Amino acid sequence: MSVLATAIPAALTGILPMSLTSAGVTTSAEAVLFWVLGPVMVLAALGLLFARKAVHAAMSVVVVMISLAFLYVAQDAPFLGVVQVVVYTGAIMMLFLFVLMLVGVDASDSLVETIRGQRWIGLLAGAGLAVVLVGVAVRATYPKPAGLQVPNADSNPVGIARIIFGDYAFALEVVGALLVVAALGALVLTHRQRLVPRIGQKERADSRVAKGERLTPLPAPGVYARHNAMDVPALDPRGNPIEESVSRVLRVRGQEQGARVLDTAVGTLVATPHEAAAPPGAVPPGLPAMPPATRVDPGTPTEEGL
Amino acid sequence: MTLLAAVLPTASGAQFPVIADFSHDNGWIWLLKAVAIIVFLLTSVLIAIWFERKVVGRMQVRPGPNVHGPFGLLQSLADAMKLLFKEDITVKAADKLVYIVAPMIAVFCSLLTYAVIPFGPAVSMFGIVTPLQLTDFPVAILYILACASVGVYGIVLGGWSSGSTYPLLGSVRSTAQVISYELAMGLSLVSVFIIAGSMSTSQIVNSQTTVWWFLPLLPAFVIYVISMVGETNRLPFDLPEAEGELVSGYMTEYSSMKFAWFFLAEYINMLNVSAVATTLFFGGWRAPWPLSAINDGMFNLGWWPALWFIAKVWLFMFLFVWIRGTLLRFRYDQFMTFGWKVLIPAALGWVVCVSVVQGVRQFSGLDLRAILFGLAGVVLLGVLVSFLIPEKKPQPGPGAGGRSEEFDPFAGGYPVPPMPGQALPPSPRAQRAAARTASVADRTETPQVTQEVHGG
Repeated sequence: MSVLATAIPAALTGILPMSLTSAGVTTSAEAVLFWVLGPVMVLAALGLLFARKAVHAAMSVVVVMISLAFLYVAQDAPFLGVVQVVVYTGAIMMLFLFVLMLVGVDASDSLVETIRGQRWIGLLAGAGLAVVLVGVAVRATYPKPAGLQVPNADSNPVGIARIIFGDYAFALEVVGALLVVAALGALVLTHRQRLVPRIGQKERADSRVAKGERLTPLPAPGVYARHNAMDVPALDPRGNPIEESVSRVLRVRGQEQGARVLDTAVGTLVATPHEAAAPPGAVPPGLPAMPPATRVDPGTPTEEGL
Repeated sequence: MTLLAAVLPTASGAQFPVIADFSHDNGWIWLLKAVAIIVFLLTSVLIAIWFERKVVGRMQVRPGPNVHGPFGLLQSLADAMKLLFKEDITVKAADKLVYIVAPMIAVFCSLLTYAVIPFGPAVSMFGIVTPLQLTDFPVAILYILACASVGVYGIVLGGWSSGSTYPLLGSVRSTAQVISYELAMGLSLVSVFIIAGSMSTSQIVNSQTTVWWFLPLLPAFVIYVISMVGETNRLPFDLPEAEGELVSGYMTEYSSMKFAWFFLAEYINMLNVSAVATTLFFGGWRAPWPLSAINDGMFNLGWWPALWFIAKVWLFMFLFVWIRGTLLRFRYDQFMTFGWKVLIPAALGWVVCVSVVQGVRQFSGLDLRAILFGLAGVVLLGVLVSFLIPEKKPQPGPGAGGRSEEFDPFAGGYPVPPMPGQALPPSPRAQRAAARTASVADRTETPQVTQEVHGG
């Protein structure tokens, strides 16, 4: 597969100079390419229609676009083919995917008809379009293909540049102006006037300091050498549980082990070293003796405190 | 400027869109070159992993891998073996097909780029004279951009199909990153196209006979180097796989060989953008200056140029590692602001400047020196005018006006910093100096801050 990867561009450019024989018939190499890519494109296009997930539909479009780019390159239009991939596949479809992912991964469309009889109108219009297209395709007669040897004499990009910036310079300018106006319009429509001053990182930090809130990150839950579970609050240097150290979610759900369970353990822990009567075995192993301190009642966790 | 004047007239011709001549190539030569490129890329990746760990190790004053093989060279081979033999896990919530295809897309697209990179001029291979390059066509650089943009689908789809939050966030970030940084990258390349008069790699290398484009097009080169780091998701732009925030971003749910493929793609992409930087800005396979003058350019012929090319690519690889060892990761909004408000406008402005200079030269026949002096005059005038515009006074912040109470620098007996909105009073020395200049009567007043209090 890897060798194939690097061989593709070589093979493509290899068939470039002979994409049209002198008789005005495409070469067999191009025919093979067409008959390989054609079914792939049709299948991918059907995938766009029938895919359940929006991302799968987007992927089908990508397959169609890249196959189309291959066909362009095979037909002496390398610039068009490559730009097709850069602009449509690389930028526009990527933007689609971005929006799809932001909107929601598994957001499925609702199948409720918003307009009455929408499906039947759609089917009818589709059938009409199909009739017209088939009619045109069947009745059309093609002139003898001229090939791109003459326009591509100075290489394909130069030929395209001559046409766009020479013959169609005015149209190009008009389209450019239109796009600039559209971009400006998008800016104006989405612009909101700032009514209050902007609050950035500096301002937030200042207000936190001014309010006297906790400046450091919260301590991790768990008590060293005794518990390291998420639902056990950490102990401060005086042996009091720090309620904030347990995840807010657990506290809201009431799933923390809390002061209640820990209280007795901590009580013995803090008290034991200083009570002569207590046997030495009462000290839980692995915990250093806490400094003598007046214990503050930890209080019960309340919903208001969150 | 004289340098530019000397160089530019030589690089105006666009008569031959593609310089390299592939007419003698046959199927065997193609296959040989393709296999050689794959082998080069895969071995380079193995070496690059070792190189990166070793160099970062040196920068952090530790030895890096040094156990397996000489200088720890076999470490990456051992790591690759470990990845191969690990259990291949497909997570339950994954979208199976896309989950498996995504790493393949990433690797496949990363392998495509080197097909159009020239390793050297024409050499004789088994009696057939052929360029050291698989292929080339008039839009080769655009083709590289196209491959890169399709390669990102690997990352995006990998993150999406994992059916998990962190990978999805990583892939959304990567989409935004690619859309914004590819613009700057493409624009920085445009100035090379304008000056070299071609988009084919062999022609661009050929146009750098007298000077490499990174000198006259320095701003474009700087923009390219910044955006190439962003394009490959390397530090300081590795937001799609930010370890501190997203575990490892889009790769979180991948293991074993599928993970290895993403890893491989990332390193091959580094080699790719390095090769593009070398080809477009660093003279491609051309020998550096003192060497190129030896013996009528002996070092620019035959197989020698492959050596210079690889050396230059590794120079950029070192730059990647150096940046990684030096800089911290950006915050996401800083990163986006930098891309859209700095890089893209700068790249656009530079392209306009280059095309104006080139256009005036082509259509008016003016001397390049005169144009550049004229431009310098305009810039100078602009700078002078900018001095006349009064600076905006900073608006008082929301917290500034609120507090007006007295600041006590030794509250509680310890030196404390001022709270937001409070201002530090002048230091005792400044107060003494002020008092000295004041009248004798004032000198008897006690200063606001007593210096005797030493916190401790």
